Amino acid sequence: MSELGSIVDKVRTKNAGPFWLTIDIFCGSPSVFERVARGVDVDQIASLFHVSARTVKRFDIPDLNVIKFSLPRPAIQGTVSDRDMHGAGWGPLVAEIEVA
Amino acid sequence: MTRVLIPAGALGLGYDPDALARGIAAKPDLIAIDGGSTDSGPSYLGRGVSKYARASTKAEWAGLIAARAKAGCPLVIGTAGTCGADSTVDWLYDITVEILAEQGLHAKIAVLKSGQSAERIKAALAAGGVTPLPAAPPIDDAVIDSCTNIVALAGAEQIAACLNTGADIVIAGRTTDTAIIAALPLMRGDDAGAAWHSAKIGECGSLCSTMPQSGVIQIDTDATGFTVEPLAKGARCTPHTVSAHMLYENSDPFILYEPGGHLDVTRTRYTALDATRVRGEGSVWHPSERYTVKLEGARIAGYQTILLTLVRDRRYVENIRAWCDDIQARHAARVRDRMGLTDADFTVELRLIGVDATLGVVEARHVTPTEVGVLAIVTAESQARAGEIAKMINPLLLHHGLTDEEEMPTFAFPFSPAEIDRGAAWEFCLNHVMTLSDPMEAFTLEVSDV
Repeated sequence: MSELGSIVDKVRTKNAGPFWLTIDIFCGSPSVFERVARGVDVDQIASLFHVSARTVKRFDIPDLNVIKFSLPRPAIQGTVSDRDMHGAGWGPLVAEIEVA
Repeated sequence: MTRVLIPAGALGLGYDPDALARGIAAKPDLIAIDGGSTDSGPSYLGRGVSKYARASTKAEWAGLIAARAKAGCPLVIGTAGTCGADSTVDWLYDITVEILAEQGLHAKIAVLKSGQSAERIKAALAAGGVTPLPAAPPIDDAVIDSCTNIVALAGAEQIAACLNTGADIVIAGRTTDTAIIAALPLMRGDDAGAAWHSAKIGECGSLCSTMPQSGVIQIDTDATGFTVEPLAKGARCTPHTVSAHMLYENSDPFILYEPGGHLDVTRTRYTALDATRVRGEGSVWHPSERYTVKLEGARIAGYQTILLTLVRDRRYVENIRAWCDDIQARHAARVRDRMGLTDADFTVELRLIGVDATLGVVEARHVTPTEVGVLAIVTAESQARAGEIAKMINPLLLHHGLTDEEEMPTFAFPFSPAEIDRGAAWEFCLNHVMTLSDPMEAFTLEVSDV
């Protein structure tokens, strides 16, 4: 097992508008892309964010060696319960997933 | 062929003046820059103000107005003043008039306003003309009435109407990021897929290049595709940097919804023309049956007062959660007893900086830090009430002991007064589209010679 952040080029989370969060995993090479594509799934992301797996969308983009997930923001941007206006703070959480 | 020069991802971020000069020398047909975004949160739209300093905005806008006069082409800004409310359009208009006077220039200015009255939105809602987007909060007339500002995102059609006036400068309220760039290529009959796709690539300026901070980007569109070129020295676009930009702040990397249709880039082919320029072909625009514009609205969710206390004592750091839980319980009881309030009248959150302040319950890493910052956030229906509730938690944050049998501790307050009134807490409350029978129906356009 390895930490996701230690095997890929970059993990980025960002607002996709005030209501959605998007996660971009830049794998850097086809072999890492294959490993992450097999090793990280929608259920894992859903449990990491404490949300239902049905709300998580996944996009595999082999041309860019990128795996992308999008989900409704855990708190709508800027609401009283929101902790991170730009949504970038979830990146380290995703980067610390253990991947086989 | 249409050439659009994009000086930066937003006015206020700065741009490279040498690269801008190269762009002007290359004879653009249009200079386009975005003025805002929702990314800084709901307060700017709620209050109808810009997040950038007036002096920064004026300095950068003055540079673009001078460059425009040299280029002899129109200059367009979308989402003026961060949120694109009518008040920020007026704000930028005043700045523009000031700059023209200072530069001894005259210009024809078209002003597009995107502000929406609650009456229009309520009528559209009643007529079935307002549709929720995925993850939209529920709305009704009361929610619409509570918004201090509602804007509709203009598309290419409204920007085209502005350009058709023959304006030298277009100051637009809320628009989609892409519309200000795509409008002219579309008017001139370039490929619609290329116009929208290149606009999405260019809307953040040089973020689509190897030097994301350098600002200036040039986009050419024609009948079959588009070419993107960064203009800062040393900046390069590669098929990877350009195609990767479709990921950015986009929940779907292949589809982009705009007023009047959607862009599909699933089959786009990206080619390196040389070391710096990239060509894109094969992007497809699908017109929609209905013409819809997205709505944004913000309202006050309450008023906040915050306090910060720093806990360095190791035994307290190790038991910080229990300490906070005890403080919250005692404080809530005092607020109920002394102010006669119920739990529904206020919220108090203690965020533990150094423990899980960024992520809250989803934090998966647990270690014992050296110290903890306890950020208390009080929210209530008025500033006075939030301040009063905050003052009541002050002695607990300063002196509360883990047990009754120990000497009274004192923790570190960095400020006096300890409580800081934060003003209104704002929230976005619309994620909907509104159907229009005519694109200009919900927008106003005024032209003046200055």
